[in-house]
Parts: sequence; C-alpha cells; structure tokens
Amino acid sequence: MIRIFKWGYLSLILALIYLPIAVLIVNSFNAAKYGNKWGGFSLQWYQKLFNNDALIEAALNSLTVSIVAASVATVIGTLAAVALHRYDFKGKGLLSSMVFVAMLTPEIVMAIALLIVFITLGISLGFVSLVIAHITFCLPFVIIAVYSRIKDFDMRMLSAAKDLGANELRTFWEVILPLILPAVLSGWLLSFTLSLDDVIVSAFVTGPSYEILPLKVYSMVKVGVSPEVNAISTLLLGISLVLVVVSQLLIKKDH
Amino acid sequence: MKVNSGYFRFFAIGLASVWLALFVFFPNLLVVITSLLTRDPSATVSLPFNLNSYWRTLDVLYLDVLWNSIKMAALATISCLLIGFPFAMAIVSLPKRWQTIALFFMIVPFWTNSLVRTYAIQFILGNQGIINKSLLALGLIDTPLQLLYTPFAVILGLCYILIPFMVLPLYSALEKLDPRLHFAARDLGASAFHRFIKITLPLTSPGIVAGCLMVLLPAMGMFYISDLLGGAKNLLLGNVIKTQFLNTRDWPFGSAFSVMLMMLLGVMLWLYYRASRFTNKQGGIHDSNF
Amino acid sequence: MTSPRPLLSLQGLSKTFGSSRVLNQFDMTIYDGEFFTLLGPSGCGKTTILNMIAGLETSDTGSILLDGQDITGIPAEQRPVNTVFQSYALFPHMTVFDNVAFGLRMAKVAKAEIPARVREALEMVKLNHLADRKPAQLSGGQQQRVAIARAVVNRPKLLLLDESLSALDYKLRQQMQIELKRLQRQLGITFIYVTHDQEEALSMSDRVVVMNNGRVQQLGSPREIYENPANLFVARFIGEINQLRGEVVSVESDHTYEVKVEGLQWQLQANHNFTPGTKVHVLLRPEDLRITYIDEDHKDQFLTGTVVERSYKGSTLDSLIRLESGIELTTSEFFNEDDPSFDYRPNQKVAVNWVPGWEVVLPVLQEDDQ
Ligand SMILES: Nc1ncnc2c1ncn2[C@@H]1O[C@H](COP(=O)(O)OP(=O)(O)OP(=O)(O)O)[C@@H](O)[C@H]1O
Ligand SMILES: [Mg+2]
Repeated sequence: MIRIFKWGYLSLILALIYLPIAVLIVNSFNAAKYGNKWGGFSLQWYQKLFNNDALIEAALNSLTVSIVAASVATVIGTLAAVALHRYDFKGKGLLSSMVFVAMLTPEIVMAIALLIVFITLGISLGFVSLVIAHITFCLPFVIIAVYSRIKDFDMRMLSAAKDLGANELRTFWEVILPLILPAVLSGWLLSFTLSLDDVIVSAFVTGPSYEILPLKVYSMVKVGVSPEVNAISTLLLGISLVLVVVSQLLIKKDH
Repeated sequence: MKVNSGYFRFFAIGLASVWLALFVFFPNLLVVITSLLTRDPSATVSLPFNLNSYWRTLDVLYLDVLWNSIKMAALATISCLLIGFPFAMAIVSLPKRWQTIALFFMIVPFWTNSLVRTYAIQFILGNQGIINKSLLALGLIDTPLQLLYTPFAVILGLCYILIPFMVLPLYSALEKLDPRLHFAARDLGASAFHRFIKITLPLTSPGIVAGCLMVLLPAMGMFYISDLLGGAKNLLLGNVIKTQFLNTRDWPFGSAFSVMLMMLLGVMLWLYYRASRFTNKQGGIHDSNF
Repeated sequence: MTSPRPLLSLQGLSKTFGSSRVLNQFDMTIYDGEFFTLLGPSGCGKTTILNMIAGLETSDTGSILLDGQDITGIPAEQRPVNTVFQSYALFPHMTVFDNVAFGLRMAKVAKAEIPARVREALEMVKLNHLADRKPAQLSGGQQQRVAIARAVVNRPKLLLLDESLSALDYKLRQQMQIELKRLQRQLGITFIYVTHDQEEALSMSDRVVVMNNGRVQQLGSPREIYENPANLFVARFIGEINQLRGEVVSVESDHTYEVKVEGLQWQLQANHNFTPGTKVHVLLRPEDLRITYIDEDHKDQFLTGTVVERSYKGSTLDSLIRLESGIELTTSEFFNEDDPSFDYRPNQKVAVNWVPGWEVVLPVLQEDDQ
C-alpha cells in the first residue's frame, strides 16, 4: 500500500516536472504554428531552424559556455575542496564562509555584483564575462560535493602515500583523485546543469557580441516565440543527454 | 595533520582564494559601495556618498512590490517544502541504484533552459492551453479559467524552477539519517507519525533550512518568471532590480535593493545559527547538504 | 658481534597538542639491525613518536638523527623510513600489486624492474597468488601482509610498525609474530615496533622501552624489564604482579637487607641502597610464589592465608590467597596431575613463600600512593 503510494507520488512529481518538456518536444514536431492544437506531424521547424544561423549559434554558444564553465569550476572546486580538507592555512575560515555566501547569494544579487565588477575591471561583456560568471556560481556546488566525499576519507591513507615517497601532487593525482572521482563527476554534472539552466546571471553579464539561447528567447517573448525554439531546445536536450551519458559511460569503463 | 608546504598546496589554496576574493567578495563590496553612490547619467555612478537610494526604497510603490514578492516567494518556498519533503523521502527509500537514477531524472529537465521551460508553462496555463482545454472538453467549466498572469502562476513557476534546490539538500540530509534510529524508535513503540516528528524532522532540520534558504531568496529575484507568467501586476523584487540596472540605469538604487536582499539573507542565517545553537544541533549548513 | 652501531637517535623531542603535553624531552637511541619495541598504555604517545620518525608529524623541540644525519626538517616522502600503519591504510582503489608497486613508482624505479621487485616483496609475505585482488577482497591478516610488503619493498633503513598485529585474532597474531621476526632477520632492516601488548613486546624484541605519559619508564632487554622492573609502573604494566609493603630493618651487606613484611622478617635482595627504616614495596610475580601445607614448626618462614579461589588455566593452576592481613595474592603454578601438592581446596589454610632472591624491592615514592 505504502509502496504503491510512494511510487505513485514519485512518478506524479516527475511527470509534472517533465510536462513542460513534453509539450515543448511535441510542439517541435507540430505542423500548427500556434501549438494549441495538433496540426499533424512535421519537421518544418527543424528545417527552418537549420536556416536560422543566429539561433543555432546561440544554442552552440550556450553549450560551449556550460561545458567550459563546468569544467573550470570542477578543477578549481576540486582543488579547493582538497585544500580545505587537507591543509591548515590562514584564512581557511574566511574561505569556507565565502563558499557558503557564494552558494546562498540569490542569483540576482550575484548578477549585478558581477556586472559591476566586470565594468570596474574593464572586462568586456561577452564570452569571457559569461564564463567567469558561470564558474563563480557553479564553484560552491563543486566544492561542497567534493568536500563531503573527502571528509569521509581515512587520512592515514594519505599519510601512507607520503610515507611511500609521494609528494602532494602525486598523492592528489594517484590516491585522492581516483577516490573522489564520482563526486568530481557529479560536481561537473551539477555545474553543467546550473550553467545551462541559468537566465538571470547571463542576462546581466553578456553583451550583444555573444548571444546565448535563453537571452535570444527572452528577446522573442514580447513578439512571440517562434516554434523553432522548440526544435532547438529539443535538439539541445538530446545533445546534452548523449554527451553526458556517453562521457559517464566512458569514465565508468576507464575504471 | 600537518603537511609540509609545497607548490601543489599553494596552487590549490591560491586558485580558489583568488577566485572567490575577486568574484565573490570584491563584487559584493562593490555593490555596497555602489548603493551609497549617486546616479550619474554620463558615468553611471559618481560621488558623493549618500543614503538617498535607501530612502527611496521606502516609497510605497516599492514597499508594495517588496511585500508582494516576499509573499509569493514564501508561498513558493512552503509549497516546495511540502512537495519536496515527501519526494525526497520517497527517493531515499529506494534502493541505492534507483536513488541515483531518480536524482538524475530530476536533473535532466534542467538541461532545457528554465526560460524555455517557463515559456512552455505559459503555454500550458494559457486560455487556449492544455489545462483549460481539457477542463472545457470535460465540461467542468464553460469559460476558460484565468490561470496565466496571476500570482498563482508565478508561485507555480517559482516552485517548478526551484524545486531541485529544495529536494537536493533534503535528500542529502535524509540520506544521512541512520535507519537504526527508526528501528530503535519503532522498538520503543513510537508510531510512524511520532517517528517523523521526533526523529526525521529534527535531524533533517539543517537540510530543511538550507533548502528554504536556497529557494526563498532566489525566488524573489526570478524576474523572467513574473515577466512570463505574472504580467505587470505580479512583480518580483528581481524585476525592479533588473529595470534599474538594464533599463533606467540607476545603479545605486538597484544596488540598494540588492543590499537589502543580502541583509535579509544575513538576518536569516543569524536566526538559524541562534536557533541551532539553542537546540544544540551540530552541523548546520556547513555540514549538511549536497 | 661487533659493538652495535647507532642508526637512529631521538634527541629531546617534545610535542604539545593544544594544552596537553604528549611528549616531554624524549631521548632514544636505536641500533642498526635491532628489533626495538615501544611499549605503553593507549595514548602515551607511541604513534606520535613513530609519526615524527616518519616525518608525518613535526616536533616542537628536539631533533632526529638517522645514520648521523639530521633529518628533522626532511619531509616524509624523502626519508628512507617506511611505516606499517595502525589500520593498514591500504589504497582501496588499487590492487595488491599496485599497492606494493606504489613506493617503487614514487622512487622512480625503472618500469621493467618493478614487477620483479613487487613479486619478491609479495613472496616474502606469501601473497603472490593474491596480487590481482583489491584490499577489500582480503582478510585482515592478508591486508596486514600487504601493508608489510608495501612498506619493505623500498628497502628502507628503518621500518616502523604501529600496533600492526593488534587487529588480528590470537592465533593469527602469534603466527604473524613469528613471521615478522623471520622477515626482520631476512631483510636485516631495523624494526621499531609499537604495541601495548606486553607479551608481544617481550617475545619479539631485542630491546623494549616502556613509556607512560610521554616519558621513558625503563629501557632494556625484555628479560631485564620483566625481572628487574625499574619502578612500580613498569612492574605493574609488564605482567601480573603481587605487591606487599615492607620496612627495612637492617642492612646485611651490599644489596642484601633484612626487611619486615607482613609481620615477619625476610632477607631480601635489592638493587637500591636503603637505610634502616625505609618503607619499600616487595613485588612478587605469581609464578614465583609457592604454596605449601602449614608447617607449625617453621611458621615464621611462611606467610599464612586462606585459599579463596582456584582456577585452572590449562598449563597453569592459579590461586587467589587471602593473607591474614587481608591482602590478596595471586599465585600461578605449573600444572602437574601427579603432584599431590595441588590438592588445596577453597577455604583451606595454606602457607606461602618464594624462592629467595626472586623478589623485586623498590622504594616507596610519593607518587605511588594513588
Ligand atoms: N592530532 C592530534 N591532536 C590532538 N591530540 C592528539 C593528536 N594526535 C594525538 N593526540 C593526543 O596525543 C596523545 C598520544 O597519542 P598517540 O596517538 O601517540 O597515542 P598512542 O600511544 O599511539 O595510543 P594508542 O595505543 O591508542 O594508539 C593522546 O592523548 C592523543 O589524544
Ligand atoms: Mg597509536
């Protein structure tokens, strides 16, 4: 009885979470322009999309930013988590509180703060500012994901590595990293997700030179969003899924 | 344990410290400074320092928006908690393998940008949308319900976009619960309800607080949700800040709102630490979650 | 044998954690090729000393010399010292082979040479057949051997073993004790062994240092420590011992005293210089005590008491005797079925004495009265 209820509830919530996506995907194949009714199966939006270079570019830009930002955030975050756990240093308390401040700061606040900083430092708004901003809001999530894994470590294992002649870098590379890899991967995945999903920070820190999908769509909202957006979103979701699943499988096989 | 210093250590600490100093600490400092400056049409901001921007936030118009967005954000947070808690509990009760899969399935929709998904929700809620059409077809209503451009739509949208930020901390708090506690409590004759109130709830309270913090304040900033689902009448604080920054270009005023939001965060954290010290629970946000 | 060459010398090591002083001006010299044991109760600072020797912990003061060279400032990864850790600390993600090869790879040993050396090390601990397993697939004893192989593969000058056998069951522990001794002879490496098990320390070591609260209590061969404990702590810590109070009556000759114990006068041997009137402890090992029937003619040569309990321990028969003064003594006799002297029953009155000269006489110090 409880079992049925549990599975029912899980499925219901997941179904609701997927409903908008389903609408989007269905409408990307819908011949009718205003997707209120089913006008028959059609690939016309995909055809139109392939002639819409600007939209495709925006989507690819989105993907690029997410991959770069997630990867850099994962590297910095992993090192930071290791440092926070392994070393005693001045300002350690400050560093960890900054991680929590960064995580809890509402996006809108971070968005304007970063905008002000980019203007102050003279960093032009575009790819670089976007990536920096995305790394910044992904970083705390990576740090916490990795840290919560390392803290269950047997520290003597690390002493053993040192005792056997491994310096810090090799200890990290040969002992710590293989053991925290699952957490590092989920940190990357979380970052990738946050980055791809972001609207608010991107809206403030990008410029006309570098358009990404959400902002392109946002600019269309007032005049009516073209169903090509459904098509590109469907494609992007498919690509992300393939990318992530393949990379996870590859990494799994490696170990 | 003491470890001799080296390049690796220096690099690992340095990278994160510099990054966080440059892109978290410094920017926040600049926001505070900006909020105290004067608007300048030619150079965006200029001296002298003053508190004018803060006084201006006390305008009835803005207080109204503030009150409204606190209300909607709070309702969204409560809904997220009520929906998310059983959801997280259901996930935790699955076998380990399925837990990962369920979490993965919860994440996948977020690879479609939230703006695009909000747009899809607009579509679902509209007069010609799926809900109204279904209800009409079933004969339950005669005229379409006004779902879109209502506070309800905004709260629904906020809930939809932010629910993973509630579920993830709850999940990791619940996951750490020692199942033996439940067996012991059961052994002592506690009912399911009592076990929930006396064990699950107190022990997961750091996760609950973290989840609420990660929903409540961000919710107030979600300008695109009120843009797409709320119309002109259901503004959030985020809409005001965005307008000040990107349209009116009154940075000090926008910054003042932002500082207020951070102060709200500060107050809530302080209350939380007071409370957690009072009830003597270890951990807290530093310890739990994700 | 030529005179032993000092290999490691610890000079004035001190360490404070927070407000608690764990080590206090600790000095020690360890000779090349010996099996040296640090013995002491839990928390007395044994692991701390090993960590300092390995370079995993810094000392507040003092220095460490290895082969005459000051290594105090040299980091752990550059010291020719390896450790077998208290909890093995094997790398869970590597196979047994890779665990053992780790040290060789770090030392940049030629790739081609590694397999042979790993095999050789695994051979020594008889684990060659398990080289491809992960640590989680091994028993406790097998993990222990991997930890040893991993630590000796680099041929360190010094091998540190931290309670390496304490997690094993009794039988396996005895077997590993023998193997460790064999390994040490075979390798010719100096072993510093840490344990809080006195039996283990006595049976394996060339020399033992007994520690308490970060200070040396006694240093010597197992036999010296057992037979001539330097103080009450050592006497109590090493094996069971009976404790009587006495008072020196007169000095007979060098190290021979007339002592009044339990109302009777005894002629006792002592390493200390006493003057008449000095209060002393008279310590007696259970196996040095003998029980006999009461002989009314020689009553002044025996302590008398009542048998409280007899317990059969396999090879020995232990008795608890309550003397007339209320003090209880434990005795332990080798079991001999044919010997009628074992026929004591509980509540029976018996006489107790010991072989003259086997007692330990120590002065009574202020700190003993706890
Ligand atoms: N990193 C540390 N911080 C604080 N106190 C410590 C630390 N390491 C050890 N101590 C303290 O130092 C004392 C000695 O510890 P040590 O580990 O050397 O004991 P030990 O003799 O090895 O004990 P055991 O037989 O239980 O292993 C203990 O009281 C311990 O609590
Ligand atoms: Mg120890």
